[in-house]
Amino acid sequence: MGALRLTYDARGLAEPDAQAPRVAEVDGARAMFDAGELTTRQINLELRRLLYENGVTDVTVANPGSRHSLGVGVLTRCRITFAGSLGYFGCGLIDGPEIHVTGRVGWSACENMMSGVVVVDGNAGSLTAAALRGGDVIVKGRVGARTGIDQKGGTIIVLGHAASMTGFMMQRGRQILCGGAGPGLGDSMYDGTIYVAGKVDSLGIDCVEGEWTDADTEFVERKFRLHRLGSPPELQKFVCGRKLYNYDSLEPAERRMVL
Amino acid sequence: MCGIAGLIYRDGPRPIGRDLTLMLQSMKHRGPDSTGYALYGPPGDGYVMRATLADGNGVPHFELHDMLQRHRAEVQRRLRSLGARVEDVSDATEYAITVKFAYDGDLKTIADYLEDIRGVEVLSLGHSLEIVKDLGDAESVAAGYGLDAFQGSHAIGHVRMATESDVDIANAHPYWAYPFSDVAVVHNGQLTNYFEWRRRLERAGHRFQSECDSEIIAVYLAERMTGGDTLEAAMRRSLDELDGVFTYICVTEDALGVAKDELAAKPLVLYEADDLVALASEEIAIRAVVGHEIDTYDPDEGEVMVWAR
Repeated sequence: MGALRLTYDARGLAEPDAQAPRVAEVDGARAMFDAGELTTRQINLELRRLLYENGVTDVTVANPGSRHSLGVGVLTRCRITFAGSLGYFGCGLIDGPEIHVTGRVGWSACENMMSGVVVVDGNAGSLTAAALRGGDVIVKGRVGARTGIDQKGGTIIVLGHAASMTGFMMQRGRQILCGGAGPGLGDSMYDGTIYVAGKVDSLGIDCVEGEWTDADTEFVERKFRLHRLGSPPELQKFVCGRKLYNYDSLEPAERRMVL
Repeated sequence: MCGIAGLIYRDGPRPIGRDLTLMLQSMKHRGPDSTGYALYGPPGDGYVMRATLADGNGVPHFELHDMLQRHRAEVQRRLRSLGARVEDVSDATEYAITVKFAYDGDLKTIADYLEDIRGVEVLSLGHSLEIVKDLGDAESVAAGYGLDAFQGSHAIGHVRMATESDVDIANAHPYWAYPFSDVAVVHNGQLTNYFEWRRRLERAGHRFQSECDSEIIAVYLAERMTGGDTLEAAMRRSLDELDGVFTYICVTEDALGVAKDELAAKPLVLYEADDLVALASEEIAIRAVVGHEIDTYDPDEGEVMVWAR
């Protein structure tokens, strides 16, 4: 693939005058276009044009070619298929879409996602679903370090191995890690639940084993059924030990601010 | 931020200069300040040395041209005086020189004696290693030094976004592991115990050409390997002894290794096939040289991987 020539304005902003290339083949509510020869901005503009202006609800993007920042900020219910791999910051800040990536994603995919579903068939880089607020992120390969850092809601399901410090500083939400986890699992987590099948190299600070309840069984089975992932493996549950909490030493007014 | 890339062909020489340019150019957004290459051509019996005769990006002055000519002659005179037989001298730019010579003495003696000429820096010295680095993006450096024609088996490269030290050739990557033949390093990250190691290595007799923290890695590994460590053993040890965040690639005449710190704070994407191994800070760099759909993954924290040619 040849390098595409980009234009920059005086501040260094890439492609200041880019417009949607209008190359998609539209068939009713479905559309498909080839991103191979398009720039990042053109791909995102074309997606927006189809989803927001043309009433399309199902788009397939062929040859995304691992470009960064694709499918970002889509705030409508729709279905998007990326037939290939995404680079960094893919599918961030989305609210509503169901996205299927048939390849892999790089660092920081699904960052700050509000709702919807993202399914990645391949591997994911570090910081996957950072600050996730809602929705489900499913990675069928392995994920890099600090997956679900600062997670504030939603569910992350990883079928492969999760690298170090997964769930670092997570505050709410759930993670189901089916291929074991690296060192420092759940380091400094505030709340939320991490389920792990297989070996955990080490637990992070203030992450402890939790008591399994029927609600856990119901939740895991429901998610696996919903996403057609077969029967869930045998899982261990990890939660916050609440030893790092120091809210009690605060004045009532300060406590209100913190919480 | 910086971007690093490495490429190793397992089935003989290929246009490695052109391929690495494609990889580095696609990562220009990670570092537009300078671009560097460490290329391995077919190994010969003699040595090949790349050196700069003065900082090519300094303020030009009236005597610069004369000075460069003087340095050029002095480099050859000093090589001969140490018993080296100079076979070929060529210039890519007015301030960069490539010398091929036959020699069977100590490389440190040569490097120290040549760098004693004020302004001269030995960029690389070895049987097949050639380091090329200059300001600008990959395409402009490759065009300036004619790298598209370079045939070789493996190479690493770097696009630099200067954060810790100046924008000039001395502070550009890759770094030759002075005075160790055919070893070079590129690095993405920051080292936090830089001064500790710099003092330690300087006391052991090593020189530093720049104030860039990455130069420590090259000299550190060279020191370990001189002491008898394999490349892999030296790299594993570096994970304990070097502090900070880093992903670095180290190459020798017949191997290419990559190491990642225990926080996995800097990215690396890896693609392995039967005929090649390609690794880079971003997958788009790998796709720039592999035409078909590929399946890649990221090495984990604290990982050291080494491939032989």
